[in-house]
Amino acid sequence: MIVERPADLRRKKILAHGFMIVFLTLILFPFFMVVSISFREGNFTTGAMWPTNPTLEHWYLAFGLDYTRADGTVVTPPYPVLLWMWNSIKIGLIAGVGVLALSTISAYAFSRIRIKGKAVLLDSLFLIQMFPTTLALVAIYAIFDALGAVTPVMGLDSHTALIAIYLSGVTLHIWTIKGYFDSIDTALDKAAAIDGATPWQTFRFIFLPLAVPIMSVVFVLAFIGFINDYPIASVLIRSEGNMTLAVGSRLYLNEFRYLWGDFAAAAILSGLPITVVFLIAQRYLVSGLSDGAVKG
Amino acid sequence: MSATVDLTHRSNDAEPLSSAIPRLVAVAVISLGLLFGAFYLYLLAQPLFGAILLALAVGIAIVFGANRFYGARFIFPGVAAVLIFIAFPVIYTIYLGFTNFSSFNLLTYERTIAVLTARGTVDPATEQPFAVARDGDSYRIWLPEAGLLSDPVALVAGAEEAALAPGEAPAELLAPRDAVALRAGLQSLMLISPEGVELRNAGLRTFATVTPDYLRTGDDTLLRSADGVTLTADHTRGFFTTPEGATVPPGWRVNIGWGNFERVFASKGIRGPMVSIFVWTLVFATASVVLTFAVGLTLAVILQWEHLRFKSLYRILLILPYAVPAFISILVFRGLFNQNFGEINLILEALFGIRPTWFTDGTMARVMLLIVNTWLGYPYMMLLAMGFLQSVPEDHKKAAALEGASSVRVFFTITLPQIIPPFLPLMIASFAFNFNNLVLVLLLTQGLPDIPGTLIPAGQTDILASFTYRMAFNDSSQQFGLAGAITLMIFVVVAAISYLNFIAMRRAASRRSGRA
Repeated sequence: MIVERPADLRRKKILAHGFMIVFLTLILFPFFMVVSISFREGNFTTGAMWPTNPTLEHWYLAFGLDYTRADGTVVTPPYPVLLWMWNSIKIGLIAGVGVLALSTISAYAFSRIRIKGKAVLLDSLFLIQMFPTTLALVAIYAIFDALGAVTPVMGLDSHTALIAIYLSGVTLHIWTIKGYFDSIDTALDKAAAIDGATPWQTFRFIFLPLAVPIMSVVFVLAFIGFINDYPIASVLIRSEGNMTLAVGSRLYLNEFRYLWGDFAAAAILSGLPITVVFLIAQRYLVSGLSDGAVKG
Repeated sequence: MSATVDLTHRSNDAEPLSSAIPRLVAVAVISLGLLFGAFYLYLLAQPLFGAILLALAVGIAIVFGANRFYGARFIFPGVAAVLIFIAFPVIYTIYLGFTNFSSFNLLTYERTIAVLTARGTVDPATEQPFAVARDGDSYRIWLPEAGLLSDPVALVAGAEEAALAPGEAPAELLAPRDAVALRAGLQSLMLISPEGVELRNAGLRTFATVTPDYLRTGDDTLLRSADGVTLTADHTRGFFTTPEGATVPPGWRVNIGWGNFERVFASKGIRGPMVSIFVWTLVFATASVVLTFAVGLTLAVILQWEHLRFKSLYRILLILPYAVPAFISILVFRGLFNQNFGEINLILEALFGIRPTWFTDGTMARVMLLIVNTWLGYPYMMLLAMGFLQSVPEDHKKAAALEGASSVRVFFTITLPQIIPPFLPLMIASFAFNFNNLVLVLLLTQGLPDIPGTLIPAGQTDILASFTYRMAFNDSSQQFGLAGAITLMIFVVVAAISYLNFIAMRRAASRRSGRA
């Protein structure tokens, strides 16, 4: 780079850091506030930025415990946050594993096995996945309403139904993993074929072990996507006990029952694990995001 | 090892019968289960869904049963999931757009008739309490006011008649709770008094003469008992109608052709808000992309600067909004922006003495939506921009700087033109995402404040997707058909965007491979 005068450079540095600090203060303001609110008394209190009488009430309630106030009144948790969290994690894990299995196997076939009309199929999959499931919610509702008459397992308000619909989100992941498989030398599977391995064995013993890094990226991406889904879950899930976090959290800020403080504690409790997972995985995620999207 | 390996037919004879049997059994069990579901759906008057299950069953049987389709086995599950849960719902939504499916026209024709003919008016003069007594395996009904005891009845679901005769009160009566458990049987039971009066179960605790409100008199006609008017089934509207044309709810689902589309385009109360919502959707999606791109790129450029320290710390902190689950941060903003006791207004009032009405003023609500969406979306753009900035050759910038160009000039003439092309497909994808950013609107404003003077709920911050969502899943009226029709229009826009994206992506891909 061009040599700059030290005075200029220092001025620029101060400017850059100053900008960053101001910007970060603005951006991170909601996080500071939520932490502060979660320790504040009551659900409406306005006033102090820092809680004047810090209380653990909201945190007790978030963990599903009764809280006894100083005046002896006992407050019971308004909503089963831990149950919702468990529902979200359970659905996210099962659907994530399912999506991973479906997309890895399909990606292998699309990359290596000769199938009639493969190119057309790949292109149409890509076009179909651009239609977000959220737009077909009316149909999804009607479908599961009808299936529920056959068996409640596949009906409305069932986790199985939700997982089934999440499994359809495989297309983008098929493309990501296929891109990875395409970069593997074909000599490898030819050698396996000569040794008498079936395509399944080639997949199971050669490609699967090689794909572990990209599979972990896909799994984390899918898992976070499912945890974050609101529209589909809100249409399918009805009862409080079956709700996922995304659907349930909304109940806190109801106009008639506004539980700002309780929500703050529950939000931190449920958001923190997902945030940590994301931050750990983000380096791989980002490369996965842009690669998967641009590889055509 | 054999010297010649036939690669094309390696799978056909590789499998011994012993390993094929468990697979074939599993295929048979799954197919039969699906066939049962298909048949059941057909019985429930859902032939379309039945056909889908049938197709799935046949597909599984063929692909996993026959060795010919060994290759297809790998992609069948994934493709089937996409077809059933994305492609089919999309097509079905379009189909629903041509029906009157709504909370008023929810049932099938047969169910509508069953519901109407099951309605009855209770004659209060004959209403009397009853009790149930056990008689061996069956039961007797005891009417204490009339002193009548019925013949033994089985009380299983299904029409049943029993005569009443004067008698003594049975020694032991079932507790009311146990009688309630027999409700299904009681409801289909008709008791005939010695005078020939027919008594039916009229409530949890009483029997009475119940006159049916509607009698089926023909294939498509019902007789209304109250005024003797004959109702005729109108299969174009999906309702029973009086000769004057008044409809009798509930109705059933019928195909109404372009009816929903005519409603959208002809009715001013729907067309007006639709147009403004469409415009706002475009503005919202465009502004979101531009804002997140501008903020993200600016930050990426600063983070790339070689003299900046604490880069990785800044980077992690800047990514945080992206890392926190969106549904949580959106709800947090909903609370922070609260007009009356939200922290943002608190600070604004302390600093500038203003209290913007974020939720009741349309413009402020839109501004808030964009602020929150920029907050949510800039880290993604920043991360992508950091990647693309690295691929801009350093010597280009150096050459320009040597020619005396300022760093701002270098950025706009050298750097920006080089990163825009690879960015384009991702920006289109981001546009498409925001075009349907249902989560943000539903969780932050729910589309409110409402546009005044509309026929259907339509808000000033509603985007097309949330507008249809509210239309279909609102508590007051569920207009699935109309929502389907509007969804079809969204599909057209999405299809156009998808096509653009597809082209842009192909170009980006070929440019990449061309360069490499």
